[in-house]
Amino acid sequence: MLDVILTIAYLVGVISFLFLFVLFAVWFERKLSGWMQDRLGPMETGGFQGWLQTIADAIKLLLKEDIIPEQADKPLFRLAPYIIFIGTLGAFAVIPFGAHLIGSDLNIGLYYIIAISSIIAIGILMAGWSSNNKWSLYGAMRSAAQIISYEIPIGLSLLVPAVMAGSLSMQTLVAAQGGGFWNWNFLQAPPFGLIAFIIYFWASVAEVNRTPFDIPEGESELVAGYATEYSGMRYAMFFMSEYANLFVVSAIGATLFLGGWSSPLPFLTFIPGPIWFLGKSMVLVFIQMWLRWTLPRLRVDQLMGVCWKVFLPFSFLNLIVVSFWMLWVK
Amino acid sequence: MRTALKENYFKQIWKGISTTLIGMSVTIGHLFKPSVTLQYPHERWPMPEGARLRIQMDFDECTGCGACARACPVDAIIIEVLKAQAGVDLGETSNGTKKRLHVLKFDVDNAKCIYCGLCIPPCPTGAIHFDLDYEAMKLTRKELIYHFSIMTSDEVETLREADREAKAKAAAAKAQAAAEKAKAAESAPKKPNQSDSSS
Ligand code: SF4
Ligand code: SF4
Repeated sequence: MLDVILTIAYLVGVISFLFLFVLFAVWFERKLSGWMQDRLGPMETGGFQGWLQTIADAIKLLLKEDIIPEQADKPLFRLAPYIIFIGTLGAFAVIPFGAHLIGSDLNIGLYYIIAISSIIAIGILMAGWSSNNKWSLYGAMRSAAQIISYEIPIGLSLLVPAVMAGSLSMQTLVAAQGGGFWNWNFLQAPPFGLIAFIIYFWASVAEVNRTPFDIPEGESELVAGYATEYSGMRYAMFFMSEYANLFVVSAIGATLFLGGWSSPLPFLTFIPGPIWFLGKSMVLVFIQMWLRWTLPRLRVDQLMGVCWKVFLPFSFLNLIVVSFWMLWVK
Repeated sequence: MRTALKENYFKQIWKGISTTLIGMSVTIGHLFKPSVTLQYPHERWPMPEGARLRIQMDFDECTGCGACARACPVDAIIIEVLKAQAGVDLGETSNGTKKRLHVLKFDVDNAKCIYCGLCIPPCPTGAIHFDLDYEAMKLTRKELIYHFSIMTSDEVETLREADREAKAKAAAAKAQAAAEKAKAAESAPKKPNQSDSSS
C-alpha cells in the first residue's frame, strides 16, 4: 500500500516537474533565440523579461477548440499524443535524480530507456497516419526513419558507459563515476569516452527532432509535420513531450557521461545530488538550444548520410575499442 | 576515385565539426551583444526634421486667405470664411498680417491628404505645417477629418446671423436710398426722356 502511494507521489512529482521544466524551457529558448539574434524575445507578459509568456501561451492553447479532421482515423488521432507523452514519461522511471530519488532502479535501466523511448516513434507514426494529411504523413515517415536510424548510434554509444561500469542499472552507472569529475565517463579511456559522448549528444539532437535535425516538422516544407492537424490541448501535448524529451535525452547524457548526481569535486558533496544532476542536464539543454539557433536544417539525405556513414561506423568502432580497453588496460 | 572518397570522408567530418564550432562561437558572441530592438510603445525613435506626417495648423495664425486650400491638389482642405464687420478688430498674426476674416471652418481630411506638402509654402503666415506625431489611427473615415476651427457652432450661428442682419440692413438702406432717389427724380421737373433721345 505504501509502495503504491509512494509511486503515485513520485509520478505526480515528476509530472509537475515536467510542467515546470517545459514552461521554463520554452520561455528560456525564446529568450535565448532572441538574444542570439540581437533581439529581446518576449518582454511584455508578466513584467520581468516576459516570464509569464509561456504560461499565457499554455492557457491559450488549453482554451482553443480541439479540431479533429472529418476524414481522420479518430481513435488513433486521439490516442497519438498520449502515446508520445507516455513514451516520454516512461523514461523518468529510471532516471536517477539523486542517490535515493529514482522511480525504480531496474537492473536493466539503460535497456529500458532505449526500449521505452522507441514508443515515441509509434506515437508519431500514429499521429501522421491518422491525420490523413500529406504533410503529416511525410513528417511522420521522416520522423520514424530518423528516430529508428539514430537509435542505433545512440544505443551503441550508450553501451560504452555500460561496458565501463559493467552494469545496465542507472544507479550503478552513476556510482561508478563518483568521486570527482576525472571519473566521469566522458573522460574515461580517452578519447573514446568523449567520442561516445559526442556521438550520443548529436544523435540525441536528432532523436528529439530539433534543429538542425528537425526535418520531420520543417515548417517551410511540411507546415508542422505530424502535428499539422492538431490543435488546442492535443497540440500542447505534442509540444510538451517535445520539450520533455529534450530534458530526457539531456538527463540521460548527464547521467551516463557526466556523472549524474555525483559532484564534480569530492569536497562539494555537501551540495545535494539533485542539484548537480539538474545543473548538468540544464547545461546540456542549453547546448542543444545553442545548436538549434546556430545551425540551419539539414536535408533528408544529409541526415541519413551522417547517421549511417559517420555515426554508425564510429560508434561501432568506438564500442569495440572501449571493450578491449576495459579488457586489457584496466 | 576510391582514395578521393576516403580523403573526402575524413575531410568532410572535420569540416562538419569545425564549421559547427565556428557557428557556435558566433552565436554565443551574439548572446552578449546588446539587442537592437526598440520597445515601441515604451520607447520611440525621434522623428526626423521635416518628416511628412499629418497636417497640423495653428489656428490663431490663420488669416483665412484660403491659399492652402487652393494649392491642395486633392481638395483635402475645406475652408469657410466670413468677412468681419466694419469696426471689429480680429487682431494680427505673429508676423503682423492683419486678420480680416472669421474662419468659420477649417477642415483637413486626412483620408484624402496625400502628404505632398503643397499647402505649406503658400501660407502667408506659416500657420499650416506638418506635425511630428504619427499615431493617427482612427476607427472611421469621418474621424480622419480634423476640425481646426476653434469656433463653436453657436458662435458661427451668431456671426452668420449678425452678418445676415448687417447685410439686410445694408440692403434696406440701399433700397431706401434708391427709393428716395427715385422719389426725388419723380418730384423733379420733367426732363426730356433719355431713352427717347437715344432712339
Ligand atoms: S499636404 Fe498636400 S494633400 Fe495634404 S492638405 Fe496639404 S496640399 Fe493637400
Ligand atoms: S494659407 Fe495659411 S493663412 Fe491662408 S487659409 Fe491656409 S492656413 Fe490660413
